[in-house]
Amino acid sequence: MTGDVLFFTLFALLACFGAVAVVVSQRVVRMAFWLIISLGSTAGLFFLAGADFVGATQLLIYVGGTLVLLVFGVMLTSSGPYLKIDTSPGEMVLATAVGLLFLFMVIGAQSGVDWTETRTLITGTTGTAGQASAFESGSEGNTLRTIGMGLLGLRPDLGAAETGQLHTGYLLPFEIISVHLLVVLVGAAYLARAKRRRGT
Amino acid sequence: MFLTLASQSLAKLLENHVPEGWQYVGAGLIHMALLFAVFSLCPFFLIWMERKVAGRIQDRLGPTRVGGRFGWLQSLADGIKLIQKEDLCPPAADSMLFRAAPYIVCMSSFAAFVVLPFSGGWVAVAADCGLFIMLAIMSLEVFGIILAGYSSASKWSLFGGMREAAQMVSYEIPMAICALIPIVAAGSLNLGEIGDMQSGGLRNWFVFHDPFTFLAFFVYFVVATASCKRAPFDLAEAESELVGGFHTEYSGMRWSFFFMGEYASMFAVCGIASILFLGGWNTGISGIDSALAGLRNHDGALSYLAGVIGVGVFGVKAALGVFIQVWLRWTVPRIRIDQVITVCLKYLVPISCFLFLGSILWPLVLHAGLGGRTTWNEPLGPRTAAAVRSASLLALPEDADTITEETNPDTDDAEPAAETELHRDSVSTTPPRTTVTLSDLSEVSQ
Repeated sequence: MTGDVLFFTLFALLACFGAVAVVVSQRVVRMAFWLIISLGSTAGLFFLAGADFVGATQLLIYVGGTLVLLVFGVMLTSSGPYLKIDTSPGEMVLATAVGLLFLFMVIGAQSGVDWTETRTLITGTTGTAGQASAFESGSEGNTLRTIGMGLLGLRPDLGAAETGQLHTGYLLPFEIISVHLLVVLVGAAYLARAKRRRGT
Repeated sequence: MFLTLASQSLAKLLENHVPEGWQYVGAGLIHMALLFAVFSLCPFFLIWMERKVAGRIQDRLGPTRVGGRFGWLQSLADGIKLIQKEDLCPPAADSMLFRAAPYIVCMSSFAAFVVLPFSGGWVAVAADCGLFIMLAIMSLEVFGIILAGYSSASKWSLFGGMREAAQMVSYEIPMAICALIPIVAAGSLNLGEIGDMQSGGLRNWFVFHDPFTFLAFFVYFVVATASCKRAPFDLAEAESELVGGFHTEYSGMRWSFFFMGEYASMFAVCGIASILFLGGWNTGISGIDSALAGLRNHDGALSYLAGVIGVGVFGVKAALGVFIQVWLRWTVPRIRIDQVITVCLKYLVPISCFLFLGSILWPLVLHAGLGGRTTWNEPLGPRTAAAVRSASLLALPEDADTITEETNPDTDDAEPAAETELHRDSVSTTPPRTTVTLSDLSEVSQ
């Protein structure tokens, strides 16, 4: 258990430090670097919580995808040697206010949850047998199959085992989103390509 | 938490020699030290091999002097030279990013080995989505190279970094799709499970599973070569055009970190290829495979021996893949950047999409036309088929009850008892565990 606490502290501190450094630094690519530290540590926190799929997705999409595109964009478009962002005092005040508001909201949400109830749910003293077995299989590292079955609408944590009833899956929304993204991609490629003039 | 350490057999060996509860710590430490030694020596060996193979292909001798006749200590001499060199940072460079970039490359290539199994059950973290985690971690390597190219404040480096970014962003797509094709055949992302499924003869290797996986193996190998930025896809370095590409401004140890990362990721992608397509740690001869499986069921030294043989088989397969990459590098001329992108987007992506579709439809053909055992009538692979059978009983809970009652009386028989448990746990039933879990560790240490 002490190892978990140690790694949690390490990753949490790194995530917070990276997030602050993103705000403080002015060069865009340095910000991207600190974002990697912050997002990578968050992925580490996910791994630590046993949510390996979420952690890997975080690494693949945000660090391996979004940030690479960000730096690629900076490299393609920047006119000077190092692109900088200068923040005016007004922006600083506004951003601080929004950040503090968000912090209060998070603290409010955190204190609003009954954590003892969640703990008994995870240890299996309360809740249905399906919930307990779902938590147990997750804690043994069998995380993916539960997620995949949930996507298809088999939800043991909602008592599917007891009632024998299929719940609403997420397959259709998932497919709609993916087709939508494909359309956006094709549209962007069409808009961005060099237009050929007719008759020349 | 995750399933942990491959070490239960070594721990059993240590049981009598160390204090109670420390055998797992000892086994873990021994394996950590071994892995560390292997992966420090692996690039040394591969660099020497590359120079020898390159020499032979170009009708030269390659290194001959250091360490005797074959020059096998050449890498050590290179290493000593690199450590002694001055650690330079150009004044115009963004010094923080310039210094950090080699570490990102090196760390992400080596961190991928955390989820790569070396033999049956021998894996540091037996994650359920091991392949996904591995591809995710290896995708971070690009970022280090782009940062190195950007922060060097040099035109050559910038061009190298941009080419690398364009190349990697496009080659990740066919690589992921090609890795998915054997996943469709296996029904699992757990690399250990995928490797175990291919035991018992060449026909069980996924490369011979159906025509689509056979073609996908070659597409995957091409894409993996490109993703390690090896020739003919080494546009990021391209020493005849860009001096040294992204590493133009680097020298000494920082320069060598890029190459240690490159060799480690070559080994990693070939390791993935050998697990996904070439049977992993299985020999491909059914007699030997079943003998090894028998050994694995023993306690102590014999099962450990089976593990070591598995590591050997796996290592030979992965090293053969690396050898072919080296061979390709010194045989095929480099292609232009527009040709690299054309090959990927106009040929490899459509081919891999076609193979993916085909591999999804193949079970239907095999099931309906040839009557074979496929993921169609036995989804999620034979290991977890029982779990799915119980999941399909969800719609008919009465049936599940009757079966449970039927199998309840003969509890002394192991097989029906396991099935009863599966019915009770329903969908989330766990597949048979191949590795020891944290809870097992605590039970033993109590």
